[in-house]
Amino acid sequence: MTTIDLEEQFMKRVAADEKVEPKDWMPEKYRKTLIRQIAQHAHSEVVGMLPEANYISRAPSLRRKAALLAKIQDEGGHGLYLYCAAETLGVERDTLIEELHSGKAKYSSIFNYPTLSWADMGAIGWLVDGAAILNQVPLCKCSYGPYARAMVRVCKEESFHQRQGYEILLTLCNGSADQKQMAQDSLNRWWWPSLMMFGPSDADSTNSEYSMKTKIKRFSNDELRQKFVDATKPQADILGLTIPDPDLKFNEQTRHWEYGEIDWEEFHNVVQGNGVCNKIRLRERNEAWDNGKWVREAATAYAEKREQRKNESKQVA
Amino acid sequence: MNSKKNYILHLADNGLILAQRLGEWCGHGPVLEQDIALTNIALDVLGQARYFYQYAAEVDGQGKEEDFYAYFRDEREFKNFLLIEQPNGDWAHTIMRQFFYDNFMQLVYTSLLSSSDKQIAAIASKAIKEVNYHLKFSSEWVIRMGDGTDESHKRIQDAANNLWEYTGEFFVPTTYETEMASKGIAPNIASLKNDWHTRGNEIFSEATLQVPQATWFQSGGKTGTHTEYLGIMLTDLQYLQRAYPGNSW
Repeated sequence: MTTIDLEEQFMKRVAADEKVEPKDWMPEKYRKTLIRQIAQHAHSEVVGMLPEANYISRAPSLRRKAALLAKIQDEGGHGLYLYCAAETLGVERDTLIEELHSGKAKYSSIFNYPTLSWADMGAIGWLVDGAAILNQVPLCKCSYGPYARAMVRVCKEESFHQRQGYEILLTLCNGSADQKQMAQDSLNRWWWPSLMMFGPSDADSTNSEYSMKTKIKRFSNDELRQKFVDATKPQADILGLTIPDPDLKFNEQTRHWEYGEIDWEEFHNVVQGNGVCNKIRLRERNEAWDNGKWVREAATAYAEKREQRKNESKQVA
Repeated sequence: MNSKKNYILHLADNGLILAQRLGEWCGHGPVLEQDIALTNIALDVLGQARYFYQYAAEVDGQGKEEDFYAYFRDEREFKNFLLIEQPNGDWAHTIMRQFFYDNFMQLVYTSLLSSSDKQIAAIASKAIKEVNYHLKFSSEWVIRMGDGTDESHKRIQDAANNLWEYTGEFFVPTTYETEMASKGIAPNIASLKNDWHTRGNEIFSEATLQVPQATWFQSGGKTGTHTEYLGIMLTDLQYLQRAYPGNSW
């Protein structure tokens, strides 16, 4: 069969909602698009551990400390499954990690914003994980099998994290004036970056068309962003918090909340490395990796020695 | 009653302060699997601490809750081992600290299984499963580093040499420990010394490491005289509760 035939057959399978598995033939562009997206997702989980890790030592109760540790650990676990899913496409985890550390690969820009109060642990759960869920639930039906299956588990844990984050804010909003102010300040800082998590508007999204066609992606950036705003506004009302958008208004005809203009200049700057934490996050990741080099080498050297000893004792026997 | 409360707080403080140190690794481990493993241990020892604080609150009878003991006691009231509050340093120091501690606590929890205090025995029966795993994890890493590369061998040997002086405190009973031992609530900790050394020597030998020979040991953690590290850890740990007292979180 020629490549053109194979490609045609592949597109038919995808159109019929059949899952693509690692050993199946797939167009190079499909493979590359998936590697880029899955790696970016894995990197986001791993870099995303850092802003929350900032508050482990200061968690205001033992219960919250345990929940936060467990949550960040889940993110590390998500990173692991996703790297494994990427490896099924024929790329090594270490290669992907090097691309992250060199700045070649991207991760979600939201993690380039700093965590400045305990309320941010709530806002990250509620808004950032909330936005992530909307992006990820459709991925459970993504055309690539291993990615889709990894996302089923990831989404379950993410929705737990979102409830946990919301509950942190609910406790603050039912608490003292200082606590409520902490929650409002946090929403003020995280709202717009959360909307940016859905990516550029459809008209400007360069990678979307192919992803939609091959069913890696099933909804457009703007569709998901709208869903997020519609779901979040009533939740903010329950908290008694004000969304920092003077243009936010309900459109009776469309039954949607219309939101103001997103600052795309800020978005592009943060993506390009100019966010307040871009350099700090990458430096921290690089330091952790570099400081761990001798540990990884020791583990490999020891494993090799053991293997060798086993073989030697077999020969003697 | 005070001795019992102090003994329970001693066990609780060890868990909390160790969790606080291990939590610093979260997101910074040498490889993702080990990052996750260390957080697991942090969660286990934090869980143990919470059971003990809750029980301390009951024994104390002042109507306080677990967080009071973690967040509103000062440095001089904390009863954790000096070893536990020592900085993470490199992976070798963190693992050696863990190994010294796990080796000891595995013996402690094993004897607490038959404590005359039912609640302590119940907590021990949960904790022992966790500690068995922690000991396996830290022993394996001591061996891997000792018998790994020249660099890892040197680093883990340095860690053993540096942390050794904080292990003597394990075996010198405080008055509260002596009283608890006399009531069959706690083990006679001096009697655990041989087993601790025997098992330690086995692991060190497999790891091709030298057992440090220094005979002078630091002490004071169990009665609230700490190294300078603990005070700083507590300002961090207790900051929100102290800055905004009287709130729920």
